[in-house]
Amino acid sequence: MKRVALYAAALGFVVFAGFPFYWMLITAFKQNRDLYVGASVTSHVPWIFNDPPTLDHVKLLFGQTDFPRWVLNTLVVVVAVAVITVAVAVPAGYSLARLVGRWGEGLGMGIFFTYLIPPTLLFVPFSRLVSLLGLQDSLGALILIYPTITIPFCTWLVMGFLRSVPWDIEEQAMIDGYSRLAVILKVAPRLIVPGILTVVVFTFTLVLQEFVYALTFISSVDKMTVSLGVPIALVRGDVYHWGALMAAALFTSIPLAIVYNAFMDRFIQGFTMGAVKG
Amino acid sequence: MTAHRTLADREDVLGALMLAPALAYVILLVGVPFGFAILLSFSDATAGSLHFGWAGLRNYAAILGDPIFLRALKNSAIVTVGSQLLVVIIATAAAQVLRATFRGKRLARFVLLLPWAVPVSLIVQAWRIFPFATVIVLAGLSSIPQEIVEAAIVDGAGFWRRLFQVELPLLLPVVAVAVLFGVVYTATDLGVVYILTGGGPANTTHVLPTLAFQRGILGADLGQGAAIAVFLLPFLVVVAVAMLRLARHTEVGAR
Repeated sequence: MKRVALYAAALGFVVFAGFPFYWMLITAFKQNRDLYVGASVTSHVPWIFNDPPTLDHVKLLFGQTDFPRWVLNTLVVVVAVAVITVAVAVPAGYSLARLVGRWGEGLGMGIFFTYLIPPTLLFVPFSRLVSLLGLQDSLGALILIYPTITIPFCTWLVMGFLRSVPWDIEEQAMIDGYSRLAVILKVAPRLIVPGILTVVVFTFTLVLQEFVYALTFISSVDKMTVSLGVPIALVRGDVYHWGALMAAALFTSIPLAIVYNAFMDRFIQGFTMGAVKG
Repeated sequence: MTAHRTLADREDVLGALMLAPALAYVILLVGVPFGFAILLSFSDATAGSLHFGWAGLRNYAAILGDPIFLRALKNSAIVTVGSQLLVVIIATAAAQVLRATFRGKRLARFVLLLPWAVPVSLIVQAWRIFPFATVIVLAGLSSIPQEIVEAAIVDGAGFWRRLFQVELPLLLPVVAVAVLFGVVYTATDLGVVYILTGGGPANTTHVLPTLAFQRGILGADLGQGAAIAVFLLPFLVVVAVAMLRLARHTEVGAR
């Protein structure tokens, strides 16, 4: 009886989370007639293929939009932002957790609160700054601006994460004759790996979903990232190219979902430690 | 050892050095623009001109008397609170299920994570955030000491009693964190509403971020755009402080 309830509940959640995804999947491969006929024919069953599947939408996406280019742009931005964030936020988090002592807590809190400043408030000053630096309509603008979101958040995350890592290993290394600096360079990196992983996943999610800044700073089609290019190119006024939109969502989210799934346990560890111990 | 305490052992120096890049980035690229944005909200600046005249509280007076703004404020509150309530309930329940062992669990876990990965914000907020909240709650559940749960079982507590009287109270800090991120994520999000409705029809579906974007960037009234966005801030700070205090004060059992 309990098993039945469990399976029923599991099934319910899988349907809740998965059904829109299934819808996305079949929409991406349905013929247009099959997609739109439901509006006038009420007997039409929308969640199955009524006509044979088609690759038209995929061809539209890859042939008539710059989708591959956007994927490339997104990857460039993701890698650059991840590198900057790890290089800046991880040492800062370590410093706050282990080195600066009592005022570290207040400072860490202060840095975290900058994460709460809504992007809608900052994009006006940012657009001035971006044009001042001559970065309008270039990926450089996004690479400069995205770390303003990732650095405060990830510094705080790494700080909290490190507080949950016992001090023993580093202490032992110092007893063994390592200098403080040598501990930081040789021992600490191994301890922080789950934290770094979390930082990278967070950066990935942010860049793939960010829309406001991309919309504000990027205007040329060949400079767009996936999150901007797809809706701009495939939503024309009131006309939504649903098939191609869903194909785009599908191609970007499946690899990402696989990555999440693979790293989930470590990601949770990094995240909750950062939050609860922060 | 203590004889040659060099620079490489000075914690204060190392600490300051390692913190400096982050502080510089945050001050230059968040602090300064933030100050500038606050200043803008008191000015009559427009996108076209570099003129920067003091407008006092006029922008604030204008938006507070504007029914579209009040509507957007209300929409923001409803969407944020509503979606978070939904997320917390669903995520807590989903984590309960995922914690148990059953056949096909790996697949179920994968499917449950899918919405998180969807890049284009075509799906409503709750659906999008719930996987994230689920994994956070799941982590919280796994950190509840097994002895406590077993003791409750020995004492004859059934599933619902365990859930409401043992697990949920212990989960509070973790749920608080999930809610905090959900609130920040939802309240500041512009993409979903912008793409789905664009604020229309007749400006009835605006939330604060979309209205700020429309007035400030598209409408070129920088001052008013900034003033609208400023309204989000006290709200977020209050939520953040409350949630972090909750997370701090109710420590999870053995940890």
